[in-house]
Amino acid sequence: MYAQMVKTASNRVKTREEMSPEEQHFQDKIDNDVKIEPKDWMPEDYRRTLIRQIGQHAHSEVVGQLPEGNWITRAPTLERKAILLAKVQDEAGHGLYLYSAAETLGVSRDELIELLHEGKMKYSSIFNYPTLNWADIGAVGWLVDGAAIINQVALQRTSYGPYSRAMIRICKEESFHARQGYSAIMKMAFGTPEQKKMAQDAVNRLWFPALMMFGPSDKDSVHSEQSMAWKIKVKTNDELRQQFVDQTVPQIDYLGLERPDPTIKWNEERGHYDFAMPDWDEFFNVIKGNGPCNADRMENRRKAWEDGAWVREGLLEHARKKAARKVAAE
Amino acid sequence: MAEVDKDKLYQFLLRMGDNTLILGHRVSEWCGHSPVLEEDIALANTALDLIGQTQMWLGYAGEVQGEGKSADDLAFLRDAWDFRNVLLVELPNGDFGRTMMRQFLYDAWSSIMLGHLQKSTDERIAAIAAKASKEAAYHVERSSGTVVGLGDGTEESHNRMQAALDYLWPYVGEMFASDEIDLAMAAAGIAPDPANLRDEYDALVGRVLDEATLAIPAGNYVHKGGRDGRMHTEHLGHLLCEMQWLQRAYPGCEW
Ligand SMILES: [Fe+2]
Ligand SMILES: [Fe+2]
Repeated sequence: MYAQMVKTASNRVKTREEMSPEEQHFQDKIDNDVKIEPKDWMPEDYRRTLIRQIGQHAHSEVVGQLPEGNWITRAPTLERKAILLAKVQDEAGHGLYLYSAAETLGVSRDELIELLHEGKMKYSSIFNYPTLNWADIGAVGWLVDGAAIINQVALQRTSYGPYSRAMIRICKEESFHARQGYSAIMKMAFGTPEQKKMAQDAVNRLWFPALMMFGPSDKDSVHSEQSMAWKIKVKTNDELRQQFVDQTVPQIDYLGLERPDPTIKWNEERGHYDFAMPDWDEFFNVIKGNGPCNADRMENRRKAWEDGAWVREGLLEHARKKAARKVAAE
Repeated sequence: MAEVDKDKLYQFLLRMGDNTLILGHRVSEWCGHSPVLEEDIALANTALDLIGQTQMWLGYAGEVQGEGKSADDLAFLRDAWDFRNVLLVELPNGDFGRTMMRQFLYDAWSSIMLGHLQKSTDERIAAIAAKASKEAAYHVERSSGTVVGLGDGTEESHNRMQAALDYLWPYVGEMFASDEIDLAMAAAGIAPDPANLRDEYDALVGRVLDEATLAIPAGNYVHKGGRDGRMHTEHLGHLLCEMQWLQRAYPGCEW
């Protein structure tokens, strides 16, 4: 899930009696699964919440290029290098669709990027963890894209049309990434003892951060209720997390790796795996900026943006000159 | 196909494949760090095409060599002195302007070269060139657009592009140097003599640089030593350290 702890702009859900006729009409559409489109009337809080959520999602795709990009120049074969390049290219493309979806709500890509760089917007906590060995690249595709898919499949039903359509398009590529990630880590898990060690190390390090991607437990998740009522969110954090664990544990077992959480156990009665929650103190620290890579990631993004200013200005100026010459010639 | 010395053909294929391998590596260093999201996508795409071309060139090189080596063996297990890329592609990226200027100077050569190689008497080479030249045509269109946009942009972008051209120009000539390998390829109708491509190149590059309001520097000194392996730059060794590290540290693994 690339949008965690998105603050809903309002504190509680309004009752029907408290709603204006416009709001009632809006809520009726949502309740009947009619998509909200950019030109439709929408409550200001709905618009602001969506900008936060879609913006955070877009930023995650863009910052997410960094931990994977970290291994492009060290990929061990030409084919692995090509697969990784194609994946990172897809992620940048996802960023692009999502910024476009946010733009339909009246905020520009550049404004959102400025907010990110000023620390006023976030991206997913997962990208503040490092990629330390080659198996991490497989593990990221399998676990991180895998977790993202679970959230994003749910979001295909989200109430805002452009966001929903972006999710449908993105999900197809994410499933491909997850499959490729699993096949990469399979090579490692079934390879030499050193390769197997890398695979185990990657799973051990990335398991709990992957669980954090779904956000805090429902009981501590203060902003969910309004988002659920507006169908900006469709399932709760804990529901999605359970779905991820249930899907992933058998895959870990198949690889012949040790489970990264020794308390994982099938619960016959619930029909689900029991598992340990991640360390939420660590999670809140990462969100606050104290994760292992927060400072580096932001420094890299800011540097890319600042170093690139002359390029963006140069190309704009050229477009202006060209337009002026065209006018002069007419 | 006319009879040709296998080792010379092998060397020719290394020259083609090492150019795309090393340039693809350099371009991929930009991933996630470029000035604008569209460029992240475009640079990744360029790198991807170049790596794909590498698989074809080095795959065929391995077959011609006849020692059972794969494209990966050639990419990851040769030392610097066995690399046959031109120096231009191993130079560090510098700023975005230098990267794009280098890309344009290379793309212009590559699009012309691949055009000729489609008529190669070696069917494999003709087939690789047919596929790669579609990509090269797109690359040169894109990189020339960027060179024009930045050359004829702001004062700062113009100055940076001129500085990039001044730095890179002495490395251009190596793409047109010919030696006995090239002459053997030309005699067998496998590849054109690079020296004969220069007029076409100068016309293309001259037109774009003109539109970009950039001036080709006066000196005519040419840095050489990459495509015959006589003397690479210091930069290649560092690049290989990074690129080959996993294969070297954990030999014989399947990845
Ligand atoms: Fe993505
Ligand atoms: Fe993905």
